[in-house]
Amino acid sequence: MAIMANKLTKWFGEGDARTYAVREASFEANWGEMLYIVGPSGSGKTTLLSMISGILRPNSGSVSIDGRNLWSLSDDDIADFRLNTIGFVFQDFHLFPRLTTAENVAVPLILQKRSWQEALRAASRCLEIVGLADKAALPPTRLSGGEQQRVAIARAIVHQPEILIFDEPTASLDGETGRKIVSFVKSEILTAERCIIIVTHDSRIFEFSNRIMEMEDGRIAGFEQGVACEA
Amino acid sequence: MKQIFTLAYKLLVSDRGKYTALLVGTTFSVFLIVQMTSAFAGILTKASATVINVGAKIWVMDSAATNTVFGSIPMPDYVLDAVRSINGVKYAEPLYVGSALLKLHDGTYQSATVIGLDDTTLLGRPELLEGNIDDIFAENGFIAVKDEEFPKLENPKIGTEFELNDNRGVIVGIAKVPTGALYGTPTLYTTYYRAIQYIPSMRFTISYILVAPKADSDIPYIKREVARLGYLAMTSQEFQSGISDYLKYKTGIGTNTLLMTVISFLVGLSITGQTFYTFIIENLEHFGALKAMGAKGRELVYLIIFQAGFTALVGYGLGIGLATVLISAAKLRLPEYASRVTFTNLGLAFLLVLIIASASGYAGVRRVLKIEPFDIFRG
Ligand SMILES: Nc1ncnc2c1ncn2[C@@H]1O[C@H](COP(=O)(O)OP(=O)(O)OP(=O)(O)O)[C@@H](O)[C@H]1O
Ligand SMILES: [Mg+2]
Repeated sequence: MAIMANKLTKWFGEGDARTYAVREASFEANWGEMLYIVGPSGSGKTTLLSMISGILRPNSGSVSIDGRNLWSLSDDDIADFRLNTIGFVFQDFHLFPRLTTAENVAVPLILQKRSWQEALRAASRCLEIVGLADKAALPPTRLSGGEQQRVAIARAIVHQPEILIFDEPTASLDGETGRKIVSFVKSEILTAERCIIIVTHDSRIFEFSNRIMEMEDGRIAGFEQGVACEA
Repeated sequence: MKQIFTLAYKLLVSDRGKYTALLVGTTFSVFLIVQMTSAFAGILTKASATVINVGAKIWVMDSAATNTVFGSIPMPDYVLDAVRSINGVKYAEPLYVGSALLKLHDGTYQSATVIGLDDTTLLGRPELLEGNIDDIFAENGFIAVKDEEFPKLENPKIGTEFELNDNRGVIVGIAKVPTGALYGTPTLYTTYYRAIQYIPSMRFTISYILVAPKADSDIPYIKREVARLGYLAMTSQEFQSGISDYLKYKTGIGTNTLLMTVISFLVGLSITGQTFYTFIIENLEHFGALKAMGAKGRELVYLIIFQAGFTALVGYGLGIGLATVLISAAKLRLPEYASRVTFTNLGLAFLLVLIIASASGYAGVRRVLKIEPFDIFRG
């Protein structure tokens, strides 16, 4: 089992102002799976994603990753877990505008204290995978939205993490570009040793999912088999 | 850590505009601080020029006149005898310091400082560039000091004649001294008796008594004994710091220098602090993204400290370079330009630039430590 979430609960505010973002959410995700999380705005998708990726500490419940109890680790170990096990693709990319594309992709390896030389070599390999080898020396500001998204993906896989977390990966892309990218992730990035979790509103990319998990008002409302599974 | 520092460097330097503003802030701050304090140090050194140039270990003087070399109150001859008989005094000789009006060859008048050296020992004599020291005993012999004021004597050569208070004078030697004088008058050396003969003086004539102790350990005893005579004995160092303190605390020069230094510091601090803080704020979401990706809080702190420290060091180097270039250029044009870059000045500037960097860095660090990766993740 890649991820096992057990009764995860997160609330914000105290006393009368307390609102539950996620209530007792339990689910599992498997290796080799591309799991979608969908639901209306404010239903707790990002909060849940943060709790399973070591970004936000739950108020109660537990997360186990590959059998390890995530939130019982020390803060430093949790940071190391994010650094080594997770690849993030943020909704608005968060690329450094003044570094080159290759340097941006190299960042996780730099944080892992690999040498710049090694990191840049790995980065250019990943840029090749996402089809941007010729843009390595440009700053990301010179790239189109779809290209920036691919840079963000290259950065998320450069350190070969087992779990990839995408929050709204297609929100700032046009439909065709979004489809292309997710299709690419499905065919090139997803392996039997990986687990990819995607939060999305975008029904045009549902066809690439293995399973779709629906959230409503902080709770998990149900699962649907993704299109890809039936195929 | 080297990898993180390289990342810090790239992030800092690639932001040309901010980086330039940061460097301008620190560079100018350091430049102004070094410039101000060096000018002040130069004035202090020059004010003590005679004390440094005469080079005696102990100076005995009237205790009411210790602020400048020229404000001496003459002492009666018996003081000299009394000092000579103090235990631990190897020898003691009188020194005359006064000023005279010269009439130069072309008829112009020029005031000069005249130092009269003891006739038998010539204690405190300068090093000669030209001429023979024994010629100082020749009729009307004077030695001119080749400092910044030398041209005011019409660049005399050996044999050049002039009138001194209506007496004839002739240059018999050219001397060099370690430190030029502050007050803009050329200096002549002659013998003690010729000095008091040519320059009108009161009943007492000894400006200072120069004392050589048998050993340094005798100095405290000599000072006590001189005090019992009603006079003051100071080591050369004490005399110099007395003169410096007078300029620092009694004339306003010190206060103004201090004020300007503080202002330079504050200007540098506000420009640099402001810019650095803006730099951090603009990059806050990126720092947050780094944190989300697994950078630890302390790694981000190191990253910011490196950026602040790097800026400080480069700005420090540029500031000192700029000050040096300017001081050198000014010295080329104005020989009497008083400025001396001391290690204390450099240390002070370094300290202040470190404070600027720490203050700027601290504000940035606080903000960066407060970022919640979750807020970045939520967008
Ligand atoms: N830091 C916070 N402080 C207070 N309330 C918060 C905070 N973060 C999230 N919430 C609340 O928690 C609930 C779930 O938020 P979350 O961002 O997880 O929703 P979401 O499903 O990702 O929505 P969207 O589709 O708009 O991204 C929302 O009601 C939100 O207002
Ligand atoms: Mg969300």
